[in-house]
Amino acid sequence: MVRDAWLIAGKDLRIEMRSRVGLNQIVPFAVTVLVLFAFALDTDQEALRTYAPGLFWVTVLLASLLAIGRSFAVDLADGASDRLLLSGIDPIAVFGGKAAAIAIQLVVLQVLLGAGVVLLFDVTVHRYGLLVCAGLAAAAGVATAGTLYGALVAGLGVRETLLPVLLLPVVAPVLIGATRAFQDAFGVAGAEGWAWLGLLAGFAAIYGVFGALSYGALLEEA
Amino acid sequence: MTTATTSSTGTTDQVPATTSSRATKVLGWLALGGFAVLVALAFAWVPEDTRITEQGDVVGQFDAVRLMFVHVPSAILAYTGFGFTFLASLAYLRWRTDWWDMMAHSSAEIGVVFGVLTLVTGSIWGRPTWQTWWEWGDVRLVTTLVMVLVFIGYLAVRRIPANTAVKARRSVVIALVGAVNIVIVNRSVDWWENRTLHQQSTLIARKIRDETLFTLSFSFAVGLVLFAWLLLHRFRLAYLESQLEQREVDEALEERRAEAGQPEYGSEQS
Repeated sequence: MVRDAWLIAGKDLRIEMRSRVGLNQIVPFAVTVLVLFAFALDTDQEALRTYAPGLFWVTVLLASLLAIGRSFAVDLADGASDRLLLSGIDPIAVFGGKAAAIAIQLVVLQVLLGAGVVLLFDVTVHRYGLLVCAGLAAAAGVATAGTLYGALVAGLGVRETLLPVLLLPVVAPVLIGATRAFQDAFGVAGAEGWAWLGLLAGFAAIYGVFGALSYGALLEEA
Repeated sequence: MTTATTSSTGTTDQVPATTSSRATKVLGWLALGGFAVLVALAFAWVPEDTRITEQGDVVGQFDAVRLMFVHVPSAILAYTGFGFTFLASLAYLRWRTDWWDMMAHSSAEIGVVFGVLTLVTGSIWGRPTWQTWWEWGDVRLVTTLVMVLVFIGYLAVRRIPANTAVKARRSVVIALVGAVNIVIVNRSVDWWENRTLHQQSTLIARKIRDETLFTLSFSFAVGLVLFAWLLLHRFRLAYLESQLEQREVDEALEERRAEAGQPEYGSEQS
């Protein structure tokens, strides 16, 4: 099953590598959002440094909507999702593969955005270990919840507008947890970063299990 | 409701034209009468909330305490509505009947209405009492807000044009995940600020006046009657809607059959 999951993840990532939609559209979108935040907060460098963790994660969440929408749009085109069903691959493996591919894309996005935050918002990283762990756990959480909700709205005519309405309230705990962990890692507030990592990991685990269990039923009718 | 009762196809002849019945009439009048009594109790009987501190200052909620008799039952009804949706969704998973699906939908709608009412009345109450319309650090406030948002999303899914079974199955996932999410949001907001403006279980910890306690309990009772009344009406409305849809399909089928029954087609088919 793990092999199948990697096959699916590899397929999704290969499509992204070749189409370059992520690199040419999603990353520029995310960077633009960061720049807009700087405009909105005026030229106050101190405010930008203080709020950098929150702004970073809001940007990641917004960009993740595009990545999730794209992941399912690719499958729906040309009836690829039907063939995926017929291939006999376990839905749990499909879920795992798609979530892994989205998580990997989010990690790449975070690296690029992180560089942007350091350069544009003048942030210094104090705890690299915490930064990396929180980034990975949050990516896993957004990817699992996103894959579940992506499948939920797949095949519906209104999926582009429905996905943000459903997903954003649900990932609110990830925003809170990841922001607090990053505040600690950036040294801008005295949050207990490692404690928040538990929440992020728990969130990813719960949505991982939920998604894996319900994915088969959702996929059949998409 | 003025939906016609009869159909040429004969499948929906037994459907009553109204969402009303003897039970809902009794419940409706009980709720209305109870509400009138509640208003009288809240404004005429319950004294304003004041206490004198050891320093001799007069503190309390003053007249704003009367808003509690709407705010607290609203919150309970919102959580009852969402809890009911959760249970009905589980029941749908088990038995797969439209009955449970419609019950989950109806209950969620009532939950959202009372959830919004809870937030609005809480905000109005918070302004004179806490000197703020909104407090982000408050666990119950933020949890209730996120819960209402999740169920607004749930209702959005219920409104999309799609097959009933497809909508039902997707709604079940949202309801179940939404319910689990409430716990996560609650914990995370609690850690986030680790403080709450709400008193920890007011009824037990703080000395509450007998008049206030009685009126509050009475408001819960009125609220539950109101919930039952709304749920019955909303459920029957959902049922009538589904019957109407079915009738339209039947009529369209009948028309096609009639077309097929024309001599020029009929001779080809026989």
